[in-house]
Amino acid sequence: MKYIDEFQDPALARRLLDDIAGTVTRPWSMMEVCGGQTHSIIRHGIDQLLPEQIELIHGPGCPVCVTPLEVIDKALEIASRPGVVFCSFGDMLRVPGSDRDLFRVRGDGGDVRVVYSPLDALRIAQQTPDQQVVFFGVGFETTAPAIAMAAHQAKRLDVRNFSLLVSHVRVPPAIEAIMRSPDCRVQAFLAAGHVCSVMGTLEYPALADTHKVPIVVTGFEPLDILEGIRRAVRQLERGEHRVENAYPRAVRPQGNQVALSVLREVFTTTDRAWRGIGTIPDSGWRLTDTYRDYDAEHRFEVTGLTTEEPTVCRSGEVLQGLIRPHECAAFGTACTPRTPLGATMVSSEGACAAYYLYRRLATPRMEETTSID
Amino acid sequence: MPLRDHPVVVMGHGGGGALSAELTRHLFLPAYGGETLAGLTDSATVTLGGARLAFSTDSYVVRPLFFPGGNIGDLAVNGTVNDLAMSGAVPAHLSCAFILEEGTELSTVGRVAQALGAAARAADVTVVTGDTKVVDSGHGDGVYVNTAGIGLIPEGVDIRPQRARPGDMVIVSGPIGQHGIAILSVREGLTFGTEVVSDTAPLAGLVQAMLAVTPEIHVLRDPTRGGLAAALNEIAAASDTGVVLEEGAVPVPDAVASACALLGLDPMYVANEGRLVAFVPRTHADAVLDAMRAHPMGREAGVIGACVAEHPGMVVARTGLGGTRIVDLPLGEQLPRIC
Repeated sequence: MKYIDEFQDPALARRLLDDIAGTVTRPWSMMEVCGGQTHSIIRHGIDQLLPEQIELIHGPGCPVCVTPLEVIDKALEIASRPGVVFCSFGDMLRVPGSDRDLFRVRGDGGDVRVVYSPLDALRIAQQTPDQQVVFFGVGFETTAPAIAMAAHQAKRLDVRNFSLLVSHVRVPPAIEAIMRSPDCRVQAFLAAGHVCSVMGTLEYPALADTHKVPIVVTGFEPLDILEGIRRAVRQLERGEHRVENAYPRAVRPQGNQVALSVLREVFTTTDRAWRGIGTIPDSGWRLTDTYRDYDAEHRFEVTGLTTEEPTVCRSGEVLQGLIRPHECAAFGTACTPRTPLGATMVSSEGACAAYYLYRRLATPRMEETTSID
Repeated sequence: MPLRDHPVVVMGHGGGGALSAELTRHLFLPAYGGETLAGLTDSATVTLGGARLAFSTDSYVVRPLFFPGGNIGDLAVNGTVNDLAMSGAVPAHLSCAFILEEGTELSTVGRVAQALGAAARAADVTVVTGDTKVVDSGHGDGVYVNTAGIGLIPEGVDIRPQRARPGDMVIVSGPIGQHGIAILSVREGLTFGTEVVSDTAPLAGLVQAMLAVTPEIHVLRDPTRGGLAAALNEIAAASDTGVVLEEGAVPVPDAVASACALLGLDPMYVANEGRLVAFVPRTHADAVLDAMRAHPMGREAGVIGACVAEHPGMVVARTGLGGTRIVDLPLGEQLPRIC
C-alpha cells in the first residue's frame, strides 16, 4: 500500500535496529512525547526489539490521558442537560469522570454523539437550531487548528447554538515541566511529528539548549520511530543536544502558517491542569475573549466545578518517568484497565495499561475481580 | 468498567467484548442459565428424540438498513445460519420476527423481506415461523429483525471452543474487517477512495466442504462483533490455551487498512459477517485449507497462526517487524482515536 507499507518495511527496520545496537554503549532513557507514537511502539512491538540499554518512557502526550478530571466532570454535567447535543471524538467517551463516563450519560438518555471533526458538530448545530450543540475540544496542537476553525466558522456564520468545551494542551511547556523535575530521568525526547507539522520546530531549540537534551522530531510509522531513536542515541553518545527533524516529509521549521493564524485568532495561552501532573504554566489554550460567547464553560455556567484526583494514584510520576507502573500501590489491584484510577490506565496506550497487559503475559493468571455485588 | 459500575445499559454491553461477557455471566446466567447456556457458544447443541440439533438465535439492529454489499435481511439469515454452521450443523429451518417502527415505509419493509427470502434460498434454509410487532414512532430504527434457527449436527462432529488444542493451526477463511468498515462508511458518511463492501455471506456450505475432508475440526467461529480479536480471545479462554498470530499473515484489504489507519482503529477488532476462523489439527490443516480454497467462500483462506500451551487465555501477535503485541479482548465497541 502506497506510503504505509513503505514505512513498515521489516528489512529497513532491521538495518535501523542494527545501527542503533551498534551505536549504543551505555543505558539511555528517552521519552516519546506523543500518545500516537506510544500506540505505534506497542502496536508494532518496537520496545521489545530495541537493545536493553534503551528505555522508552511513555510521555504525557495522550490527550485522553491528560484531560483533567475537572474538565471531564464539566463535560458530563453539560452533556446531561436537556436540550444539549454533546459531540466528542470517540475515545473520550470512555474516560471516567468522578462517578461516570459519557457512555453512561448516553445510557441515561443524554444525546452524546461521536464525530470525526469539530466541523461535523458545527453542521449538526446548523441542522438543529433548537438544540444547544457542544463540541468537546481536547487534544494537543494537532487537533487544535480544526477546533479553532470550527469556532471561527461558527462566529462567521453567526451560529449561536454552538459552543466549545476547550481543554487544549501544548507540548513544549510539558517538556519544560518534565525537565525541571529534580528527579527527571529523561535524557532525550522524541518530539511529536504531527504537533510540529502545525507548530514548526522553532519552540524547541531553547528547550534543548537550556536542559542540554537532544530533541528529535519524529513521525509515527515504525521506521519513523526507529529513525528518531537512532538519531537521539547518536546525539546522546556524542554528548550533543540539538533539535533534529527526522520527519521532514511532514514538518517544516516554520510550521503551517494557515493553521497558526487561525490558532492565534481563536486561542490564547493559559495555565492548564494536566491529569496526574497538576497545573503547568502556559501549557494550554483557551478561547480568546472575542470568542467568549462560544465558550461552553461560560454558556453553561460550570466554571466553578472542582474535583480531586484519587490520592493513591501516582500516574503523574509514571507520566514523567519518575516511577514505573508497578511501583504504584494501586497498580493491578484498585487500578486496572477496567477500573482506572488515573491517566495512564485510562487509555489503552497509557503506560500503566500497557504494562498491565504485558505483565499478564508474564503472569497469565492475574485475574480481575468482576463481581456484581 | 465492571457491571457494578454500570447501573444502566450502555452501548458497550452489546459490543461483543468484555462488557457483553460480563452482562451474560453476571446477570443472565444466574437468572436463567443452565449447563447448556453456560457453554456460551454461538449455537447450543441439544439432543431431541435421538437427533443432535444446533439451536441459535440472534437479533439484528443495524443502521442503516441497506449498506454496500447487503442489508438487514441478508444479515438476519446469514448471521443465524453461520452461528449454526459454527457447530458443524447443516442449517435447516429459521424463525423470523419483525419489530417495525410506526411510520416506516412499507416499501422498505418489503425490500428487507424480499432480501431475507433470497438470502434464505441462497443458504438453503426455509423460514417456517414468524411474528410481527409494531412499536411507537421514535422507539426503533425502522426495522429490527430477530431470527432463530435449527440444524442437524452430523454424526462424529464435535466442534466447540473448548476443543482447541496446542498444535492446532488457526485458519481464517478470507480478508477481515470489510463488514464493519462498510457500515461505518455509510453511517458516518466517510469515503476511503475505494468502496468497501460488506462480506455478508452464508458459510454452511464452506463448513460442510471442510468437514468432508475430516470431521476432526476442533473449533469454528464467525468473528462478528469484536472481530477476530474477540473470537480468538473467547476460544483461548474457553480452551485454556494460548494463540499466537503472525500479523503479516492476517489478510486485511487495502481499503480496510487505510480506513483503520485514518480512524485509529485496529482491523482485528472490526466486525465480519461472512468469515470464519477454524482451529484444525496440524495433520489435517493442509487438506482443510485446500478444501476451503476450492470453495467460493474460502478462496482467500490462509493459516494465520497456531494454538499454543503458553500464555493460556491470551492472544499474542507477532508483528511485521518481529516484535510481539497482545491482542486483548475488547472492552466494548472500538472507538476512533483522537490522534
